[in-house]
Amino acid sequence: MVGKTQETATKTTNLLVAGVGGQGVITATHLLSQVALAEGYDVKQNDVVGMSQRGGSVVSHLRFGRQVASPLVSAGSADLLLSFEMLEALRYLHWLRPGGLLIYNLLRINPSTVAAGFAEYPGDVRERIESSWERSLPVDGNALAEQVGNTRTANVVLLGAVSVHLTFSEEAWISVIKENVPPRTVAANRRAFELGRQAGQV
Amino acid sequence: MREILTGNEAIARGAWEAGVRLASAYPGTPSTEILENMALYEDVYSEWAPNEKVAFEVGLGAAFAGARTLVAMKHVGVNVAADPLMTAAYTGVEGGLVLISADEPGQHSSQNEQDNRHYARFAKIPLLEPADSQEAKDLVRSALELSEEYDTPVMLRTTTRLSHSKSVVELGERPTEYGAPLTSIPRNTPKYTMLPGYSRIRHPLVEERVERLRGRADELGFNRLELRSRDLGIVTSGVVYQYVREAFPEASVLKLGLTYPVGAGLAKELREHVDRLYVVEELDPFIEEQLRLLGVKVDGGEHVLPRVGEFDAGLVARRLSEDGAPGADALLATAPPTPAEGLPQRPPALCPGCSHRGIFAVLSKLRVFVSGDIGCYTLGALPPFEAMHSCIAMGAGIGMAHGMAKVVQPGQKLREKVVAVIGDSTFFHSGLTPLLNVAWNRSDAVIILLDNRTTAMTGGQQHPGTGSTLMGNETPNVDLPGLVRALGIERVTEVDAYDLAEVESTLRRELETAGPGVIITKGPCVLEYKVTAAPMTVDREACDACKRCLKAGCIALTYETEGQSAYVRIDEAQCNGCGVCAQLCNFGAIVDTVRTEA
Repeated sequence: MVGKTQETATKTTNLLVAGVGGQGVITATHLLSQVALAEGYDVKQNDVVGMSQRGGSVVSHLRFGRQVASPLVSAGSADLLLSFEMLEALRYLHWLRPGGLLIYNLLRINPSTVAAGFAEYPGDVRERIESSWERSLPVDGNALAEQVGNTRTANVVLLGAVSVHLTFSEEAWISVIKENVPPRTVAANRRAFELGRQAGQV
Repeated sequence: MREILTGNEAIARGAWEAGVRLASAYPGTPSTEILENMALYEDVYSEWAPNEKVAFEVGLGAAFAGARTLVAMKHVGVNVAADPLMTAAYTGVEGGLVLISADEPGQHSSQNEQDNRHYARFAKIPLLEPADSQEAKDLVRSALELSEEYDTPVMLRTTTRLSHSKSVVELGERPTEYGAPLTSIPRNTPKYTMLPGYSRIRHPLVEERVERLRGRADELGFNRLELRSRDLGIVTSGVVYQYVREAFPEASVLKLGLTYPVGAGLAKELREHVDRLYVVEELDPFIEEQLRLLGVKVDGGEHVLPRVGEFDAGLVARRLSEDGAPGADALLATAPPTPAEGLPQRPPALCPGCSHRGIFAVLSKLRVFVSGDIGCYTLGALPPFEAMHSCIAMGAGIGMAHGMAKVVQPGQKLREKVVAVIGDSTFFHSGLTPLLNVAWNRSDAVIILLDNRTTAMTGGQQHPGTGSTLMGNETPNVDLPGLVRALGIERVTEVDAYDLAEVESTLRRELETAGPGVIITKGPCVLEYKVTAAPMTVDREACDACKRCLKAGCIALTYETEGQSAYVRIDEAQCNGCGVCAQLCNFGAIVDTVRTEA
């Protein structure tokens, strides 16, 4: 458990969320922030926006605790890394502290360098992750989202998996999801969150 | 009420609460969201100006008229606004004027990482630096009050990690008295008309103002001395304060909110309290130099920390402990594990369907020299296009192309000819004057105006060619070809940005014709205007695996190999159906070229 070990201490919890511009990394991190805020924590979130949004590698930093100073998670100090894409999981793996947890989506999105034929997408991303990091949890977010019947709920599936490893109450999660998704997709997103929670059990 | 706001949202909120009547800006990362949020407060007049100089002048006019005013820009935008800023420092204001300078250490989306704190010293105006969103909100009010009390514009400097970090803010309200209308403009010609005779009278007042501020710098409530350990003292400001607190929790800290001018009192008090004193600041040794001039001995600063890029708590912990500073957080001071090696880069790329793609495919094919400009299309410099060979500043590409064309005689060599490429918003920002020069002084440079009807790179802001304003009002839409002709350009051709044959033949014709010519390529930004069509597909029988379509540099395309055979696959979820790759294919293997607007 990432959050539960922190509760007794006043230590800040560090999360890094990685993905590809356009995947909704910033929005998903904002949902996490809202839940942390609803649960009474001090919260800081940092996103890089601008040019990197155009299909580039994107990360959001999220820190919560009794009192948070820096808005940035330093490399080597993240308690949890959530990646919406496999290659980005590998790229930011060194952000985790020793013993930190990686949750990653089993999704491949080609970088522009691969699309243009200048580089190859490594065929062994999952193997490299598993051989270099003990605590990693792959989730097929897109397949589960298809099971829900709405492929746009993949990010909520992954948040569901993350939620198992944080101490926030399920009610806080559900209420934040309700407030932040289009009204007609509330049911689908709740189902996606539930499937994510199941997938997040280790 | 408490809310979690970015620094930019907090600045807008602070301006609203403090009675700002007018806000003006040109979009630029990381400052853009300030005005986007300002526009949500209907009782403040907010607008995008065509460029930062205009924004500053609009703000200065409103401040002369007695209104509290906010102007905002990215760091390089202040270069554009510097002319009026330098003299506004002499005149002072009637209503408070705060200039937000959003700096970008790390230059995530900028052409340089200049340290704009020097502008405050250069112009001799006060400089405030907030360390979180709450302070950003509070310091906007302080800046306006300081501006009125000391009769000067005030600079509030943020950095990317402040602008885009969310933290908890206590919200206030806007007092109703701020709604009373202004009905006249105060007249004070010797103060506001900077003839040399009048300006000479103002200059000594500016010098006296700085010294008066320096004398009171530590009494104004912006600087805070936190005395803890005697082993280590750190002077810092802005978001870097947060890194310092985490890296060295027990260190004594002087947190400066007012970083120009820096006062001597608290710094000397800290110096006497500690054995070792460091200054921790990103980019230039701005605070450090001031402290040294005040006679405060600094043990470590610019020699210990990098002068380039941005910091985080880990970097501060490691660099200072390596220099012998005691008390670093153990985890942060440990070098992090090394990143995985050999991964393909994931640089930003033009969106699927982007109307710039075909233009750069053609420029890449003709191999002409491309004098570029600032926008999404600067990505045309990267593979596979490699079709931009210089890019300096907003609007600079046209003037530079003119200069090149004046000194190079390429004869029939196409690849030695020069083409300037500039987007519509950048053209309105600062492309008109250099194009006027091309028309006036006659060069053979070909100018391509990429007209996608928005300010795309910063997320789709209105400009004089969009027919709408920041606050959502309809407005005349500038006639771009008419404007270009009015500047004195006789040959103006409009082409469909998605018709590669037309783009190429027009460009070839212009390159072969003497004298200036402008090509306007038309294709609205697919993100901003939500332009989509049915995805294209590859006919695998017809595909020769020649990779020519990959010249489109589109992330929807993937080169696949299956045993002995190879082909290109199109990811339907990514494909926008624009048809550029289909036009690059020599075998007709990419099918379905219908394009519709959603």
